[in-house]
Amino acid sequence: MLNNRLIEFWVGVFVIAGLVALTTLAFRVSNLTAMETVDGYKVTARFNNVGQLKVKAPITLAGVRIGRVSEIVFDSDKYQAVVTLEIDGRFRKIPRDSSASILTAGLLGEQYVGLEAGADEEFLRQGDSLMLTQSALVLEKLIGQLVANLASSSGKK
Amino acid sequence: MNSPSTPDRDVLVDIRDVHFARAGRPVLQGMRLSVARGRITVILGGSGCGKTTLLNLIGGRLRPDRGEILVDGQSVPSLGTRALYELRKRMALLFQSGALFTDLTVFENVAFPIREHTRLPESLLRKVVLMKLETVGLRGARDLMPAELSGGMARRVALARAIALDPMMVMYDEPFTGLDPISMGVIAQLIRNLNRALGITSVVVTHDVAEAMTIADHVYLIGDGRVIAEGGPQAMQASSEEHVRQFLDGLPDGPVRFHYPAADYVDDLRHPGSRA
Amino acid sequence: MTDTAVHRIGRWALARIVRLGHATAFLHVLLVRSWRLPSRPGPAAAKAARLVVHQLFSVGVLTLAIILVSGIFVGMVLGLQGYNTLVDFGSEASLGLLVALSLTRELGPVVTALLFAGRAGSALTAEIGLMKATEQLAGMEMMAVNPMTRVIAPRFVAGLISLPLLAAMFTVIGIYGGYVVGVIQLGVDAGVYWSQMQDRVDFYDDVVNGLIKGVVFGFVVSWIAVFEGYDSVPTSAGVASATTRTVVSASLAVLGLDFIMTALMMGGS
Repeated sequence: MLNNRLIEFWVGVFVIAGLVALTTLAFRVSNLTAMETVDGYKVTARFNNVGQLKVKAPITLAGVRIGRVSEIVFDSDKYQAVVTLEIDGRFRKIPRDSSASILTAGLLGEQYVGLEAGADEEFLRQGDSLMLTQSALVLEKLIGQLVANLASSSGKK
Repeated sequence: MNSPSTPDRDVLVDIRDVHFARAGRPVLQGMRLSVARGRITVILGGSGCGKTTLLNLIGGRLRPDRGEILVDGQSVPSLGTRALYELRKRMALLFQSGALFTDLTVFENVAFPIREHTRLPESLLRKVVLMKLETVGLRGARDLMPAELSGGMARRVALARAIALDPMMVMYDEPFTGLDPISMGVIAQLIRNLNRALGITSVVVTHDVAEAMTIADHVYLIGDGRVIAEGGPQAMQASSEEHVRQFLDGLPDGPVRFHYPAADYVDDLRHPGSRA
Repeated sequence: MTDTAVHRIGRWALARIVRLGHATAFLHVLLVRSWRLPSRPGPAAAKAARLVVHQLFSVGVLTLAIILVSGIFVGMVLGLQGYNTLVDFGSEASLGLLVALSLTRELGPVVTALLFAGRAGSALTAEIGLMKATEQLAGMEMMAVNPMTRVIAPRFVAGLISLPLLAAMFTVIGIYGGYVVGVIQLGVDAGVYWSQMQDRVDFYDDVVNGLIKGVVFGFVVSWIAVFEGYDSVPTSAGVASATTRTVVSASLAVLGLDFIMTALMMGGS
């Protein structure tokens, strides 16, 4: 029968170890730190086709992660998808005429929104909209186009 | 408080026409007995006659199907949980096995009820525990574990624990069973001394006739779920009633039959495969 | 009255349902007693805390060894098997992600719960069953101390707290086990092992869900262990069969609940 002190000590160690494990999981294993958008602002963009884009997908500018997709809704009047982009407050100098494209990470990976900076001197603010957008590339259509091009080029010969 | 009739000052426990059945089999049928305050009441009976059930009913662990059980004027079956627990602090039940906590020392076992129900400072608690252990003659064994105790010693420690809070009544479930003659004598003397010196009402349930008779103030013999005979020890010894005589003298055959009910002997031998 | 197989199955099913009702009534009392543990005034709360701490030791700390060792091995096997499979697709860079997701979502909580049921659950059942068989619980009751409050509730609460913590530790040590095999032994790039993981393991969908599973398993396994002990037949044979029942019932319950929870959690996305 171990005495009280020793038992309380080991229980303390146990609970601390458990909490350490949980923090490790939160900060070193998961995307928790990367996910936090500090003091973010929201901007919308309209797409004809969002493809496989999901909420919480990353938004990049020059390849650097600057925020995440916070909402995707369907506009039934214009038959478009309205994507809300939540951009981290550290990046406030994005030109208003920047373009947003839905790109795929790698060949078959997750889809994300890639921004390309424009030339406007005015910057995006809360509630603004991106005008220039490029919808997701649908693989089937690409292949269909490729086949059609091959057919027409061989036909021209 | 809860009983319809006026409580009798001299009667601590009043069992009135109690019926109790377990799994369809009747255990108590119209049991009537009363325990006098400050006296040693012995309940004799064969094994399985419901003696332990009676103690559990008094302690509120079981509810009677019919009848009334009054302890110090309160109707036990109708008490709410809190009131029942309050009543239990004033009663003690000594189990046949002692029921000591196997992971605590003798000292800690006796200290348990005191720690749970009082706020005595450690120094005072220590003195009380040692006094209780001294009463049963085991003060020197206080650091032993229950596994290191003999049967008799374990029961004595359990007794020390039972009287830790100075209850008004102690119920003993088969206190003499399985002990050597010396230990039996020790327990009997302890029961008598506690009763005489501290006025603790004692209810002793046993089938050990000899020891019980030496300490009893009043004896009940129960069987068939009811009281068969009652009286002072001398009156019982002198009784010529056949149930009493069979039990007290240890006769193999009498009102309690030797043969378990079976079919005719000759038929059974003659016909192979027949059932009893 | 003929006793066909259908009759017997029906009787068995009815007996199971009655037992479940019994167990639920028990749970109700247990939850009330557990809830009231910390809310008693002054010194009583400290006493209750000490009981729980004591149980955390025997239930949590003593299970730590088997959990950590198992965690390392499971992680290492995941690293080995994962590498062998991914390398065929040229995706061995995703090993860290594979190991982390397998552990946080499923293996961490489930394997921990199964090991816990076997080691701590059976010990709880045996301990309580033995106390019942030697009339210690009855003795306590007669001393006006409620055994549910003093004996059962602290053990239940300790199990409820321990399991999620143990599951987290299993997961973390498993991830490092995968690292040892994948990076040190098989040559996966260390940076990539972690970066792929950190990029794609979602805190809410994976870590938090795994934690929720741990809590649910802790609740169910502790409930079963404690109930089987309390309800056991007070003989040595009775305690033995109760212990076996705990391990079997708890394991099946964990696996069944895991499926249901996974379906609910993954179904949304």
